[in-house]
Amino acid sequence: MGSTRAPAVEARQLIKTYPGDVTALNGMDITVEPGTVFGLLGPNGAGKSTTVKILTTLARPDSGTATVAGHDVLRHPDRVRRTIGVVAQNSGADPTATGRENLQLQGRLYGLRGAALAKRVDELLDRFTLADAAKRPVKGYSGGMRRRLDVALGLVHRPEVLFLDEPTTGLDPEARTAMWDEIGRLAGEEGLTILLTTHYLEEADRLAERIAIVDRGRVVVEGTPDSLKGELRGDAVHLELREAVGDAGRTLLRNTLVGLPGVREVLVDGRRVSARADDGAAAVPVLLAAFERAGVGVASATVARPSLDDVYLRYAGRRYAEADANSTERLAVAGGAR
Amino acid sequence: MSTAVSQTWYMTQRQLMVFARQPAFAIITLIQPVIWLFLFGNLFKKVVELGGFGTTSYLDYLVPGVVVMSALSSNMWAGMGTLEEIQRGTLNRFLTTPVSRAALMNGNVVNNGLVTALQSAIIVLLGLLGGADYPGGIGGIAILIVASVLLGTIFGALSNALGMLVQQRESIIGINTFLLLPLTFLSSAFMAPSQMPSWMRHIADFNPLNWAMVAGRSAMSEHPDWGDVLSRGGALLALAVTAVWLSIRTFRSYQRSV
Repeated sequence: MGSTRAPAVEARQLIKTYPGDVTALNGMDITVEPGTVFGLLGPNGAGKSTTVKILTTLARPDSGTATVAGHDVLRHPDRVRRTIGVVAQNSGADPTATGRENLQLQGRLYGLRGAALAKRVDELLDRFTLADAAKRPVKGYSGGMRRRLDVALGLVHRPEVLFLDEPTTGLDPEARTAMWDEIGRLAGEEGLTILLTTHYLEEADRLAERIAIVDRGRVVVEGTPDSLKGELRGDAVHLELREAVGDAGRTLLRNTLVGLPGVREVLVDGRRVSARADDGAAAVPVLLAAFERAGVGVASATVARPSLDDVYLRYAGRRYAEADANSTERLAVAGGAR
Repeated sequence: MSTAVSQTWYMTQRQLMVFARQPAFAIITLIQPVIWLFLFGNLFKKVVELGGFGTTSYLDYLVPGVVVMSALSSNMWAGMGTLEEIQRGTLNRFLTTPVSRAALMNGNVVNNGLVTALQSAIIVLLGLLGGADYPGGIGGIAILIVASVLLGTIFGALSNALGMLVQQRESIIGINTFLLLPLTFLSSAFMAPSQMPSWMRHIADFNPLNWAMVAGRSAMSEHPDWGDVLSRGGALLALAVTAVWLSIRTFRSYQRSV
């Protein structure tokens, strides 16, 4: 065991390539302090799940090192397995077995027996409001119930580090909110460290104390949600143009706009223009006037407080929803969703 | 009890429960052997008159063949279950717990073995109801069941390994349909070896399916040839151990693909 302040999770320069030259990780570095909730945020295919698979001893990296709770995932996977709880995207509770039976088996695999096991299983069934359904086969559970059972399965042996891979993907809004509350409660408990992956900006913002934004297999920026948003001083101004501008027009437009008073960091992307401004409301008329002089029609203009989407846009150089859509396409072309 | 044994038991229990909760499935798996026994048994009733069957009732001859063939055809689909567990995420969940890889695979082996033994015993009973005679007695029947369990283990383990490697239903279906009939007909399942063309008989000598039939039939006859029983049984055991070992090794390549 390391000292108490040793990171709960530490990954250094993880590289992983899948057959067919698909680079999943390209120098992934993360450090998670004990007792905190850490969010890995990124679009599909950014490398979040691969990172979790390596940290939970399922997959091996091509190179790089990682420790979880002070144990090396490559040299002592058995020790890592005893200290972690894993809630994967498909946790695969046995559908023909009941909720209670699933929990009992999971507990037995960690060496829990007899009265201690029965007590722990009851505790978890109560806590995740599954007590009424405990005797029913899991195949009759709703999506939200299944997900709660998945989390309970990951907690049976009181792990030090809990991995939650996309905990709310596929849940309806109501079940998602309930799951967020549950994760929020877990976070405060007994020094449990949680590493959460998500592709919902809102989820990371709400649950994680620190966020690492992942893009194309590496972390592009890391910090607390507030510090990340704070780095983007001022407001975000989004403009939609009537027509897309070409490469030449884009450079010209950028140069004109960046020179305007109170306007910083302009990004032109097809019909969309994003700018940062010290005072969004004051910048809008200035920007509109500049567009009019340049002869470019503006369809709409909005001013917003910075969101994680803006953070993503700034560090990954593309919009979050686009990256998500692109990577989904890429995966579909590659023939697998990993 | 050591951890390895108890873990194997938990993994077995889990699968037995699935089997026990789907009684319809268990009954369906018995329909085919019944068809073989009674339709085939009646259709080829007179074939014993050719001689070389060591009995005057074709059903006596057919029962061990159908037992072994059923062991093959039910175990060769084991990979489908593994594939389903991979897709559902169950296998990955177990792989991140301290459970040993050997226990995961051996759970399958023990479960399939118990199911095969039960299935074999039922077929033997059905044969008895149909009028078959087993001069080798209980001991002979037990040896037939052990041989069919070993054969089932070989093909079950290989099927599991295949499921983990290719992760495609189609490949398992393709390989199984390709193998099942040739393996069956290149054995003494339906026809006495002395009536087979000699090239077929030579191929059958290398067919594990045939080893199980030879061992079982000999043990069930009035005057067992223990040399045959031991040599074929030993070969089946060696092959089963190798196949299980290979399937446990397959976890490594599976984890490379995760």
